[in-house]
Amino acid sequence: MTDETTHALAFTPEDLPNGKSFLKPHRIALILVAVAVIVAVAVLMRWDWLPRYLPRLGWGILVSMVMLFSTSILGFLIAVPLGLIQITGPWYLKGLARIFCTIIRGTPLLLQLWLLYYGLGSLFPQFPAIRQSFLWPYLREAWPYGVAALTISFAAYEGEVMRGAFAGVPAGELEAARAYGMSRWTMFRRIWLPRAIHRALPTLNGETVLQLKSTPLVATITVVDVYAVISKVRQETFLTYEPLLLLALIYMCLTGILVIAFRYFENRIPTRGA
Amino acid sequence: MHKEHEVAMAADSIINWSLLSLSAPGWGGVLLQGFLNSIQIAVGGYALGLLLGVGGAFGKLYGGPITRDLLECYTTIVRAVPELVLILLLYYAGTDLLNQLLGAVGLGTVDISGLIAGIFVIGVVQGAYSTEVLRGAIKAVPAGQIEAARAYGMSPGKVLRRVTLPAMLPYAIPGLANLWLIATKDTALLAVVGFSELTLVTRQAAGATKAYLLFFCAAGVLYLALTLVSNIFIGALEKHARRGFVEQR
Repeated sequence: MTDETTHALAFTPEDLPNGKSFLKPHRIALILVAVAVIVAVAVLMRWDWLPRYLPRLGWGILVSMVMLFSTSILGFLIAVPLGLIQITGPWYLKGLARIFCTIIRGTPLLLQLWLLYYGLGSLFPQFPAIRQSFLWPYLREAWPYGVAALTISFAAYEGEVMRGAFAGVPAGELEAARAYGMSRWTMFRRIWLPRAIHRALPTLNGETVLQLKSTPLVATITVVDVYAVISKVRQETFLTYEPLLLLALIYMCLTGILVIAFRYFENRIPTRGA
Repeated sequence: MHKEHEVAMAADSIINWSLLSLSAPGWGGVLLQGFLNSIQIAVGGYALGLLLGVGGAFGKLYGGPITRDLLECYTTIVRAVPELVLILLLYYAGTDLLNQLLGAVGLGTVDISGLIAGIFVIGVVQGAYSTEVLRGAIKAVPAGQIEAARAYGMSPGKVLRRVTLPAMLPYAIPGLANLWLIATKDTALLAVVGFSELTLVTRQAAGATKAYLLFFCAAGVLYLALTLVSNIFIGALEKHARRGFVEQR
């Protein structure tokens, strides 16, 4: 996926308002209208259930965040070798990496999740060796399958990004590193990897926001994240819109915080010129 | 002995191909029908999204300040909220609103078919994405070409039809191709609202026969085939649209 497409799918740091020239006369009018709508929603709709569910919502948000960060970090750790072997690896590893990325990117995440949870989950108990292993208590839970599916998906999308980023590092910089007598590993650690990550950073940010947007899928395999808590609220209160509107608001806030954090880190990285 | 029997049964349940046969005891026909539903929704939603996207992109670039800000809100919300949540909200809100409208004019309620609701929901989500893709593509068209068209005295509609749309196409096609692939995969999310597209019927078939791996893998093959066939067409389309461009690298 190209950088522009990621930007079209995910809210990214470039979309944040830049302070100056934000408040124009028509914007003030629009903000007043928005405030009126929010007041109407707060007054006219039912929100009395909210205090009862606040602790559970907090836990749900925490679970979603843990899912997001653990799978993004794990996925990225897999994506680096995945991108690298598509550039330098022998042909069979290249082919394997290419096939892996194509399959994962060509099928819906929901299907992969259900394949792992229902498919492998129904297969594992049939093997006594697995049932007696130390992993079994974890394999009976739902979250390992959620983490696995989200990690694999992130790794496949990110692997393509890293492939492009590794290929895009100017050859002269790598030749200079070699001329300094750096070993292959030193060159990779000091020059190739940092430069590739730097190039991939804007896309990485967008992909992380996309990953946040994928996390609610784990609620379909009984992981209790914020989406599952809201589904519970809907079942128990028979309300349709109020919980969903709150959920949308929660995700917008999470995305906003994530994007502001990214902008902070992006601004700390020195770049040449503008 | 007992354990061996279990393992043998497990191996047997993985490769029991007769479950995929097209006629009644097999579930192949149901799966294909679900696949057809998925494709229909993807095509409809993508087309609706393109319409919304063309309007949105032009509104964002050439519209008044209020239009621009409202469209900014639309694309921001869709790009910041998970598709799953949007699909639920739009599904309930869309069907409710329509029924209330019909009730207000005294037509009574209608049962909105899952197909129409699905197309609407996917279309609104895709609309925001294609707005952004097309806006970027239009901005990539050299300004002089559009200015020249205006200088020739073309009306805005004619400039759009003869210059802006054809000239932006090479820049838009990679992004739009990705959006098509995303539309095909997003249809799977409609399983959550109970629409019998491929992923949901797969789960039903798997639940009924307990052959989970077989059915999920079969569905995966169908999705993958759709992606790969699409990629062939996309490659040809891109080549056609980029004719006359200087090859990079």
